[in-house]
Amino acid sequence: MLNGFLRNSKVRIGLGVFAAFLLLALLGPWFVSAVMHTTPRTIDYDALGQPPSAKHLLGTTLPGSDVLAQVIVGARGSVFVGITSAVLATVIAALVGVPSGFLGGRLDHGLTAFTNLFLTLPSFALTLIIAGYVQGAAWWVIALIIAAFEWPGGARTLRSQTMSLRGRDFTVAMRMLGESKTRLVFAEVMPHMTGIVSAMFLRACVAGVFAEAALSFLGIGTTGSVSWGTIISEAQGQSAILNGLWWWFVPPGLCIALLGTATALVNFGIDEISNPRLSAANRKLMKRFRRAARTAEPEVAR
Amino acid sequence: MTFWAALTFNFLIPRFMPGDPAATMLRRIQQLTGQAPTPDQIRSVRLFFGGARENLPAQYLHYLNDLVHFRFGLSLSEYPTPVSDLIAQALPWTLLLVGTTTIIAWIVGTALGAYMGWKPGSRFDAIFAPTTTFLHAIPTFWLSLVALWAFAFQLGWFPVSGAYDPDVPYQINNLWFLLSILKYGALPALTLIFIGFNGWLFTMRNVMVTTVSEDYVLLAKAKGLPTWRVLFKYAARNALLPNVTGLALAIGGILGGVLLTEVVFTYPGLGHRLYRATVDHDFPVMQTIFLLITLTVLIANLIADSIYVLLDPRTRDEA
Amino acid sequence: MNEVLLEVDGLTVEYLSQTGSVKACADVSFTLHRGQILGVAGESGSGKSTLITALTRLQRPPAVTSAGRLVYHSSDGDKVDLLTLSERQLRAYRWSELAIVLQSAMDCLNPVMRLGDQFEDVLRYHDPQLTQRQAWERAEELVAMVGIGSDRLRSYPHELSGGMRQRSLIALALACDPDLIVMDEPTTAVDVVMQRQILAQLLQLQDRLGFAVVFVTHDLSLLLELADQIAIMYGGRIVELGSAREIYTAPKHPYTRGLRDSFPPLHGELTTMRGIPGSPPDLRTPPSGCAFHPRCADRLDACDQQIPLLRPVGRNDVACLLYEETP
Ligand SMILES: Nc1ncnc2c1ncn2[C@@H]1O[C@H](COP(=O)(O)OP(=O)(O)O)[C@@H](O)[C@H]1O
Ligand SMILES: [Mg+2]
Repeated sequence: MLNGFLRNSKVRIGLGVFAAFLLLALLGPWFVSAVMHTTPRTIDYDALGQPPSAKHLLGTTLPGSDVLAQVIVGARGSVFVGITSAVLATVIAALVGVPSGFLGGRLDHGLTAFTNLFLTLPSFALTLIIAGYVQGAAWWVIALIIAAFEWPGGARTLRSQTMSLRGRDFTVAMRMLGESKTRLVFAEVMPHMTGIVSAMFLRACVAGVFAEAALSFLGIGTTGSVSWGTIISEAQGQSAILNGLWWWFVPPGLCIALLGTATALVNFGIDEISNPRLSAANRKLMKRFRRAARTAEPEVAR
Repeated sequence: MTFWAALTFNFLIPRFMPGDPAATMLRRIQQLTGQAPTPDQIRSVRLFFGGARENLPAQYLHYLNDLVHFRFGLSLSEYPTPVSDLIAQALPWTLLLVGTTTIIAWIVGTALGAYMGWKPGSRFDAIFAPTTTFLHAIPTFWLSLVALWAFAFQLGWFPVSGAYDPDVPYQINNLWFLLSILKYGALPALTLIFIGFNGWLFTMRNVMVTTVSEDYVLLAKAKGLPTWRVLFKYAARNALLPNVTGLALAIGGILGGVLLTEVVFTYPGLGHRLYRATVDHDFPVMQTIFLLITLTVLIANLIADSIYVLLDPRTRDEA
Repeated sequence: MNEVLLEVDGLTVEYLSQTGSVKACADVSFTLHRGQILGVAGESGSGKSTLITALTRLQRPPAVTSAGRLVYHSSDGDKVDLLTLSERQLRAYRWSELAIVLQSAMDCLNPVMRLGDQFEDVLRYHDPQLTQRQAWERAEELVAMVGIGSDRLRSYPHELSGGMRQRSLIALALACDPDLIVMDEPTTAVDVVMQRQILAQLLQLQDRLGFAVVFVTHDLSLLLELADQIAIMYGGRIVELGSAREIYTAPKHPYTRGLRDSFPPLHGELTTMRGIPGSPPDLRTPPSGCAFHPRCADRLDACDQQIPLLRPVGRNDVACLLYEETP
């Protein structure tokens, strides 16, 4: 199944970009200190708010820090919050969605109501409120808050998936053989959902990065550490716009957009696999088809 | 049900904060205003965080009673302005911005998506599909910043902040005032639409691709009806149903984007209020805005649901 | 009765795919006269639906009509090859001359339009003078012909039973008084009782209104009662074409024989029933020569090399080498 996914070019490109950012998050700080010999807070007094140049590839901020170094180190801040929140959200989604779909009955009713409740709550506003209360929290607290309102969509998908898997022949057969429910869930149901869960995870990851950026932008995100959101926030706070320092706030936003695009590509790829009519290969075929239809008609007319 | 949950959240969150939030808060107020808080202020802060006099259920009843009578308390940062006054000023602007941009983005996205899905693989489709993917992934607040920088500061086409021209009399029946609303609102609105339509476009396109191969569309073609009628009355008319459901689900997220955009453009709506309140730790304002947002989302849900029932006869019998 | 309505000549339809093309209809030729009922029978996958959609130029990608002629004789004596018309020109023929009843009645009606509106839009498009009121009156007449009450026009498709939907589709096909109606398994979705009722109504209407019908089904026994002419399809080709009586009493092609013996006659006594061993060919990798040869009991040596052509044998047209060697 995973192989099938990897054969789709959109999935491959998307995952590639995603992996590149992951690498950046892991190795970025090391790269900045070992190769660029600087830190995101190092001040170059000769270059305050300078546009991109050979010395500072992405220019400098108004206080004289290197934007490239900030963006690279910021990847860690953003991606870590994204991934942590995604892990938490996926786990909660699985804990709520799978039992709800597998066991059914009153438990299902309760859990579904619970999920729907969270689904209709305006999650961003709620995240904002809570983050507002615990201002200046550590990054993992932010991740936790984001995760707390990110899981309902996933739980719903997992529930319906589990329900359809439960009805399939092999699970029914296993149940007849007297397998325990827990074993059944872990051995039979979960493995069939790797595709969906990984797509869900990616989406949650980007949603986390987005939410973190938004919170940081409002000045209520993590304190101390650098993330793409804090860079944009600082730029906004120090009138980068007024002074025309576009190189300060454009790169981090582009990084977020690129990460978002990568996930979207993976999702579209998966859509194409499950609904062949949408596929790009099919698109090429359609072109050929139109050509064939055009040439066939005059020939037929004779 | 959801609303009740939101109410309860609102009630519980400040009461379960670690430490002594009331004391912290009073210190912050002092820092902010430079004066010691008045006894009245101290009392209202203590009350907000639960105080020590009543037990939790009694506090809860008290809280609900206040809400029923629309008593939202007093703002802490702009003490003693009632929260309801601050919000009454901000709400219309947000509703205006959210309403117009959501409707326009939905219509534009759905229409383009219908066209793309009608002929998948066309040149239009091939160009638009990847562009849309990218646009959809852009954070709204960041694009707002870029738009503000490019169009307001660099090119000077639009005003840089506010929702109306402060030099024009603030009268709803004044044409110049209305025109200034249009001028000031244009850039935030365009930014929101520019990001917003992509999601609608994509779902519409994909549903349309499937709908076009439905038998009733084939039969409509066999009937010899003109192409546009087949496209609208048969294919698009059915394909847009998921986009109506989607509207209900998306409205919460859309509001989030609008709040941030308001902050960037200093647009005097709820988002801007909420931002100020968060920075100033003005919790009563924050909570009331949250309640209001929940209410708005629920009302939007209700509207989307009733539109759906109007559009899809199959749901009517079940009701 | 002897006026020609539609000449089909060498019609070939292919499904394009990344790995190559599938010929789902190959070199199909027949002539249909006014007021005649032509039945087309064959196992599922033999290309019947493909033929129907090609006849009406409704084939959807990836299907392509790659060769052939479809000469339509209008009542005023004009002849036109439908395959050469543009979509716009074709619209003049659609529904007013050439109507269709599709295989899946369940999905053929627009779920968000009232039944009456689906009559009204086609009626008023083809006759712009018609007022809305007249259109509804006409629609009432039409559904009455198939035994549906006029109050049902206000219903949405999901409120109708399967049989009603199927009959309203037939009524819809009659809306603009077409000369030809093609029907793709119009009765497979309904129960046997309803099936008989619909067919009886259809025959009655056909008798009265005089349209010609191409009726596709996998159920040969239906056709024996209904059709004037029967074409047997196998692997995308017509393997035998003849009058209903001849096909029943004296089938020539081994496949026709097998097909006849595998259905009990609707009337008359039950004789021994035999199926045809084996399964229909996969058209992506068609057998060489005659597509039927792997399953044929009377196979000759040349059968896997030579594709037999349709030629007169007795009163039928048959495509089989058995009859080519002894002319
Ligand atoms: N969309 C398609 N793509 C590729 N091949 C198709 C498609 N639809 C039908 N075919 C091929 O055409 C053959 C005939 O199909 P069809 O006309 O539907 O048969 P019938 O109606 O007799 O059951 C099938 O066996 C299949 O190989
Ligand atoms: Mg068929």
